[in-house]
Amino acid sequence: MTTSAKTLEALATRDYKWGFVSDIEADTLPPGLNEDVIRQISAKKAEPEFMLQWRLRAYRHWSKLERAAGEPKWANVTYPPIDYQKIVYYSAPKRQGEGPANLDEVDPKLLETFEKLGIPLAERKRLAGVAVDAVFDSVSVATTFKEKLAELGIIFCSFSEAVQNHPELVQKYLGSVVPYTDNFYAALNSAVFTDGSFCYIPKGVRCPMELSTYFRINAAGSGQFERTLIVAEPGSYVSYLEGCTAPMRDENQLHAAVVELVAHEGAQIKYSTVQNWYAGDSEGRGGIFNFVTKRGKCAGRAARISWTQVETGSAITWKYPSVILQGDDSIGEFYSVALTANRQQADTGTKMLHIGKNTRSTIISKGISAGRGNNTYRGLVRISPRATNARNYTQCDSLLLGDRCGAHTFPYIEVGNASSIAEHEASTSKISDEQLFYCKQRGLSGDNAVSMIINGFCKEVFKNLPMEFAVEATKLLGVSLEGSIG
Amino acid sequence: MLSVRDLSVAVDDKTILRQLNLEVRAGEVHAVMGPNGSGKSTLAQALAGHPAYTVTGGQVTYLGRDLLAMSPEDRARAGVFLAFQYPIEIPGVSNAAFLKAAINEQRAARGLEELDAMDVLELLQQKLELVEMDKSFLNRPVNEGFSGGEKKRNEILQMAVLDPTLAILDETDSGLDIDALKIVAGGVNGLRRSDNAIILVTHYQRILQYVEPDRVHVLFDGRIVKSAGKELALELERRGYDWIKDEVASLA
Repeated sequence: MTTSAKTLEALATRDYKWGFVSDIEADTLPPGLNEDVIRQISAKKAEPEFMLQWRLRAYRHWSKLERAAGEPKWANVTYPPIDYQKIVYYSAPKRQGEGPANLDEVDPKLLETFEKLGIPLAERKRLAGVAVDAVFDSVSVATTFKEKLAELGIIFCSFSEAVQNHPELVQKYLGSVVPYTDNFYAALNSAVFTDGSFCYIPKGVRCPMELSTYFRINAAGSGQFERTLIVAEPGSYVSYLEGCTAPMRDENQLHAAVVELVAHEGAQIKYSTVQNWYAGDSEGRGGIFNFVTKRGKCAGRAARISWTQVETGSAITWKYPSVILQGDDSIGEFYSVALTANRQQADTGTKMLHIGKNTRSTIISKGISAGRGNNTYRGLVRISPRATNARNYTQCDSLLLGDRCGAHTFPYIEVGNASSIAEHEASTSKISDEQLFYCKQRGLSGDNAVSMIINGFCKEVFKNLPMEFAVEATKLLGVSLEGSIG
Repeated sequence: MLSVRDLSVAVDDKTILRQLNLEVRAGEVHAVMGPNGSGKSTLAQALAGHPAYTVTGGQVTYLGRDLLAMSPEDRARAGVFLAFQYPIEIPGVSNAAFLKAAINEQRAARGLEELDAMDVLELLQQKLELVEMDKSFLNRPVNEGFSGGEKKRNEILQMAVLDPTLAILDETDSGLDIDALKIVAGGVNGLRRSDNAIILVTHYQRILQYVEPDRVHVLFDGRIVKSAGKELALELERRGYDWIKDEVASLA
């Protein structure tokens, strides 16, 4: 058998060590979606009227889209139709009495779950230098280092808390980058989202630690719809990380999140994702449908937004973290590694919308396909007529393992003025038998050789990840491709 | 140390080596010479276990073990090193990271403790002097963007670091200028000990001016047709390979 053939045989057996289910009593709404469900969600969260009205407008818009054409069909992915009336839109760990005032009152089983995932929330074990907001199914269960950050005026809390404690900020920025009319899933999320993270960095403040949200889907049959909003005032800086896992189940689960970033003049937001939702088994059973809208706005001059993503999980990934380069001299960056193994499908990329003058964007996309995985890069670089002297550099590299996987690139480039420059480079390569033999001749096992070659391929992206995440991402790719050659 | 008996090897169903025999003892340096297409590289690749080279007959015993039954990585861990004629590029992986992984996998296989980054770095710096390369060499991706000479020196660096029991150099000397050739020869001589052995596969006699072989073999049409002391190399240099071909023809 050739090495490539062995790749395919062995990839079918990769393990997912985060696939356990926690036995936690949940407060769950029955499946289905209508205005009443939206009202119940809003009521459960004791939201102000403006939130309810916004949700209802989003729901009505979504219903219209659903009746008209349904979900978008343009992505290069295939899956059976989703029955939105069968999804549970609210599931939260049941709280005793008033809910936890501090960590000591959090259900130990929840803490245990996060501990098992490598995210210690307990005071004495907290990750040094990283503040964590832990979201379990639909709600945030704990946020660490909140007080310490508050001393600097930084707000880092669950979205629900932000709605209660900072409604003026929520009202000002919610939907300002991703309006509910943006797309089908953004409308759905806006109608039903239950929690997520909120982060506000005041003027001139450099956030001293990494802020991180860890998302965990647990309940069966539920969708996860969270929303993250980050606002960086002029001259501020924040680095934000998100991680995610889910149990192994035979049915697909929908995850439709929205992330909005606002960077004012001279502010910088670094947003990193290590996405490891359950990917389904070798036959394509189960796994998360990850249909996510992420967008940042460089609202002021010389603002900077960087997206770094490592996408290894999910049955289907549909996501285009984008930057609106509105302020002059602003910078947008997108660094991505997307891995598709088994029967995974990914249609991912970015949009760089140049509006301001002298705006710059960089896109580095690394797609790895193995097994019967199908990997698509889809990207739009649009330079408007008034965005003079704008620059874009795009590099899309695909690596194929085996001969039953696919890699596709759909770059869209629109340049509206003569002084701007857009560059696009693309390559497709395979791990050659010669490379593997060379590594083995130095004593490396096949698995270690593949993982080393892949890490080399991804280096330009990994170097943009915060240290802790870079290590995790490296390991994750290793685990995901374990046994990928014979 | 190495005993090759009646080894036959095919590539894509084409027989290249025909019942080749070779004995190498510890402490020896053997030069395997021969015209292009005689099977020199095939011998080197087959001993290292390249999957494209199919062994169709014969046995190879290495330190009492059946070499042909071992995987390429197990051969490497048992001390077999091949310096490639055309070293392979591994983009994005630094020389240092590559060597650290190789050192530690080989150590683990021998039941030795892993070396940490500092120990590895110290070892690498020591060996760098041998190939006259500076520290920046370690941070460059494996063979990517290297000149031909740098690639060959990198093979010698790897050899020096991994300290093999049996080193096979596949035309490491070809295409080198005189300075690089001396560096490569220095690396080979530095490895020479009574408890290891070296097989120099080469087309030219040139490197043998700097590395003195114990035995010289002439490979022709998949067989070793002549073996003698170092003087054979000089004769080949003077007379070329044609007289060997004639000798073989007259015997047939």
